[in-house]
Amino acid sequence: MTKPGVDLTPYLRQEMMPTVWCPGCGHGIIARSIATALMELGLDMDLVAIVGGIGCSGRAPFYFDANSMHTTHGRALAYATGLKMVNPGLTVIVPMGDGDAAAIGGNHLIHAARRNIDITAIIFNNSIYGMTGGQGAPTSPVDSRSTTSPLGSIEPAFDMVELALAAGATYVARTTTFDFQEMPKLITGAIRHHGFSLVEVLSQCPTYYGRLNKLGEAPDMLLYERDRTKLLEAFGPAPEITREEMVGQMPIGLFRDAERPEYIDQYHGLVARAGGGK
Amino acid sequence: MRLVQGNEAVALAAVHAGCNFYSGYPITPATEIMEMMARQMPKTGGVFIQMEDEIGSIAAAIGAAWGGAKAMTATSGPGFSLMQENIGYACMTQTPVVIVDSQRGGPSTGLPTLPAQGEVMQARYGTHGDHEVIVLTASSVVEAYRMTVEAFNLAETYRLPVILLLDAVLSHMRENVEFPDVPVRQRQKPIFDENFLPFGPDAPFVPFGSGHHTVVTGMSHDETGLPKALAGQAVQRILQGVAERMRQDAREITFYREVSLDDADIVLLTFGITARAAREAVGLLRADGLKAGLLDIQTLWPFPDWLVQEKTANARGILVPELNLGQYVMPVRATIAGRCPVEALGRMDGELFTPEALVDAAKKLAASVEIGGVAHD
Ligand SMILES: Cc1ncc(C[n+]2csc(CCOP(=O)(O)OP(=O)(O)O)c2C)c(N)n1
Ligand code: SF4
Ligand SMILES: [Mg+2]
Repeated sequence: MTKPGVDLTPYLRQEMMPTVWCPGCGHGIIARSIATALMELGLDMDLVAIVGGIGCSGRAPFYFDANSMHTTHGRALAYATGLKMVNPGLTVIVPMGDGDAAAIGGNHLIHAARRNIDITAIIFNNSIYGMTGGQGAPTSPVDSRSTTSPLGSIEPAFDMVELALAAGATYVARTTTFDFQEMPKLITGAIRHHGFSLVEVLSQCPTYYGRLNKLGEAPDMLLYERDRTKLLEAFGPAPEITREEMVGQMPIGLFRDAERPEYIDQYHGLVARAGGGK
Repeated sequence: MRLVQGNEAVALAAVHAGCNFYSGYPITPATEIMEMMARQMPKTGGVFIQMEDEIGSIAAAIGAAWGGAKAMTATSGPGFSLMQENIGYACMTQTPVVIVDSQRGGPSTGLPTLPAQGEVMQARYGTHGDHEVIVLTASSVVEAYRMTVEAFNLAETYRLPVILLLDAVLSHMRENVEFPDVPVRQRQKPIFDENFLPFGPDAPFVPFGSGHHTVVTGMSHDETGLPKALAGQAVQRILQGVAERMRQDAREITFYREVSLDDADIVLLTFGITARAAREAVGLLRADGLKAGLLDIQTLWPFPDWLVQEKTANARGILVPELNLGQYVMPVRATIAGRCPVEALGRMDGELFTPEALVDAAKKLAASVEIGGVAHD
């Protein structure tokens, strides 16, 4: 975490404060980590675009003093793709909800990863639909309660890291709001990485997920995040790990940091071959 | 002079208009636009991307517009339906973007290779919430070229999505054409200071990266772009302002053609591909002694009620043939308000109207309003 006294206000849009987020919501911790990463990278905010979807997480673009875009549910990565392609000088960061990323926007996610376009996606994964009042998500664990799975979820949850790895993302990490010291480092790495980066952050929604699943208050939920995760060899290569080993032991850390041709570079190569270079 | 396909004309016109971003997903009968753009964009330093679906295509085009591009996407019915939510986003965020819908038979998969005009109302009202859009259409290859350039120009002027409605026949038809030199509205480098209101009246479009930290949101917002208190009133004020500007400029933004309207008793009011048969029908009807005329409307929306009023002031009957079950006839009827009969003639079987079918319908209409001198057969 940023040391006490470090001033993040230049990165934040004061006129939009306070945020809409409930007291204890994990989304604020993630937003703070993004601001910290922006500061650490010393980015010129004229050239930073934050493109969000719809949901509690989707509100994040409003809180950054940047080029901010609050798009439609699930489509943020498609908007970001057009934006980044015509203006590659922008650093494009896409905060997404788990519903945004894994349900309605799943198609855009896998294709952005496949193309390896230089965008940083940050999934605010609270295992539930916060904004609409606690409905089940494709990330809700089996047996978890939501307003649309009052008897417990019978669907297996998507593992967003596995999904991103399989789809071809070249920087893939997972952390939690408990691990607030590692989070800015992973986000900094993701932004710096040239290619499609995905950072999944396990976040807490005390208002719905916490209440419906009797997980207590926000501090209890942070401890729950700690207890259900297991640190990979810190920021090293991903170890072989079986699905069984992962139960109750969800690995966190940096799973992949690899080089592969980036989409816009590839496109510019095509333009050069076609003689369209300016 | 050279032989050019309708879809090819659209792509060439887009390049002429300064289009430097194309996103799309293949669909008959619009695919050739995409295939042409896949060749044209890299050659001209623009961006081409084949997206994963039409939702992604329109979203990427809007994102590209905010990146500073003149952006276009093209599709047909099924894809146009998928685009609707995000077309509304472009309306709400006052984003210039051009959407081509080459209409095929519907609903659903319908008749993929055959023409229709089923999206007249969808183009106007397809997205949820009330809003303004501009919808253009064309009936020849050279007009498809001209209207594509005008679509880009209007999108720039009014900061709106502009929809160009073609159909399967026009898209695939080849005609010998000499392209006209349609003037292009160039985007000026925006000038703004710290008091700049990105969504203020007549505000220039300031793309991302220009230095102003704009907030773009589909939520109701005020002139600053922020979803503040009273945003409902603010967005009503902003969108009504756009509508008012278009109303004031109605004569400049309404494209149409007319044939023999001065003394016409019976007016054929058509749009798009149907105008071709209607032109011939007017000649046949005149030869038979019936004073017929043609009003071929190319700017479908905003609805040019003033034009319909002016051009049909002396008409005793209006025939509205369209390749649907009666869509554009609705605003025409509302405007005429009973002054004379307004007859709908619809078909959605994938066939075009023949001039003879229009002649028959016009004669029946003439007879019903007791216009003499007509040879009835
Ligand atoms: C097309 C569409 N469908 C449904 C909604 C309603 N909706 C708004 S936010 C949301 C889910 C939010 O959940 P998530 O993405 O996980 O974000 P969170 O609020 O949990 O941060 C839904 C379903 C919508 N806005 N648009
Ligand atoms: S509803 Fe849940 S996710 Fe949304 S702001 Fe409140 S705590 Fe956060
Ligand atoms: Mg969620």
